[in-house]
Amino acid sequence: MSDIWNWQTAADVFWKLIKVVPVTLEATFLGFALAAVLGLVWALMRRSRFRPVSVLSYWLIEFVRSTPLLVQLFFLYLALPRFPVFVIGVTGLGLHYSAYLAEVYRGGIEAVSQGQWEAARALNFSPLKTWTRIILPQAIPPIIPVMGNYLIVLFKETPLLFAINVVEMMSVAKKFGSHTFQYTEAYTIVGVLFFLMSYPSSLLVRWAEQRMALKQ
Amino acid sequence: MTSLETLISLLPTLMKGLVVTLEVFLLGSVVAAVLAFIAGLMRLSKFRIVRFLAAFYVEFFRGTSLLIQLFWIFYVLPFFGLDLSALTAGVLALGLNYGAYGSEVVRSAILSVPRGQTEAAIALNMSPVLRFRRIILPQAWPLMIPPFGNLFIELLKGTSLVSLITLSDLTFQAMSLRTTVSKLEIPIFALLLIIYFVIAYAVTLVMRALEKKATVGRA
Repeated sequence: MSDIWNWQTAADVFWKLIKVVPVTLEATFLGFALAAVLGLVWALMRRSRFRPVSVLSYWLIEFVRSTPLLVQLFFLYLALPRFPVFVIGVTGLGLHYSAYLAEVYRGGIEAVSQGQWEAARALNFSPLKTWTRIILPQAIPPIIPVMGNYLIVLFKETPLLFAINVVEMMSVAKKFGSHTFQYTEAYTIVGVLFFLMSYPSSLLVRWAEQRMALKQ
Repeated sequence: MTSLETLISLLPTLMKGLVVTLEVFLLGSVVAAVLAFIAGLMRLSKFRIVRFLAAFYVEFFRGTSLLIQLFWIFYVLPFFGLDLSALTAGVLALGLNYGAYGSEVVRSAILSVPRGQTEAAIALNMSPVLRFRRIILPQAWPLMIPPFGNLFIELLKGTSLVSLITLSDLTFQAMSLRTTVSKLEIPIFALLLIIYFVIAYAVTLVMRALEKKATVGRA
């Protein structure tokens, strides 16, 4: 075992990896923020009465959801050569998960009862006011746990950014491995770090889901 | 040659990649489906230890990334004396990862069959195997198909990662063409996205047909 696992190497790579944890977290949160905004845009477009807009949104969601994030990242990387790779990575993650979040928003919006729309209309609310004051405040809280789940899924996809040369945990581990030929420690510790961050978060989301279910 | 002709001349190379992608996808799906059933049923076992083992497997594979699992299987297992080919490693990683997600589908579908069905089967003196095969599974199966369809599409997307462990799938071929015909790199990757989309759409159609078949004669 000792020649497979070296604690000194493990400690070395651990400190190198810890240093880039902020990059991973930044990519996660910025990507998710973008996904949350774009997702809402797609969801609203999907409800448009103007058919070309809703059809466009439908196919956009389908297309983005059923093609690999890795290929989307490469595509953006080639199409936007002037942008920093971190920005491309965040855009790719945000765009990819916006398609998933659009469906989540849609579910939340459809769950708001028809009477709310009618009441807003009866009170002569403008469409903007109906959305911002009546519909969204009721549609969004119930979907927060589901969005939390996607935040964790997005977090777990960030290692893909190494493929477009973003310096994050996976690329540091790969570089360390190829320099020292000690892949075991590097890849194992990346895995453990991801698990340590994602598992407690998933328990938190599950707890939030249960509380939400109790409320209803 | 115009650029369209060049793009067409690249198709045979991409098709070679397509074969590898489909191979990894089909094998990975079979492994994932089998593991999903095994782990899903284990989580419903009477024995605590069996339930615990299955839960451990599921939480472990859902808690880390597919890419890390793939790299671990391909680059780290050889140090433990387990040298897997890139294809085996890819199929194994995809199967283990999506099998973990699939087990939740199997578990929740089985749990949603009303308890009375099990009780009635016991009252009719059916053996556990018969009870599962004739009563529980036929009712749980239609509920499993749509979420399994989504998982298979996720798995298809996941196959693109095998290009990073030297397997020459669609993504890998596109990457290598990129270096030979660099002025067409954007159209090549656009085409690549379309090919994945078409396969995913075909998977959706197959799953829809399966669902229709499974719900024949039912409300």
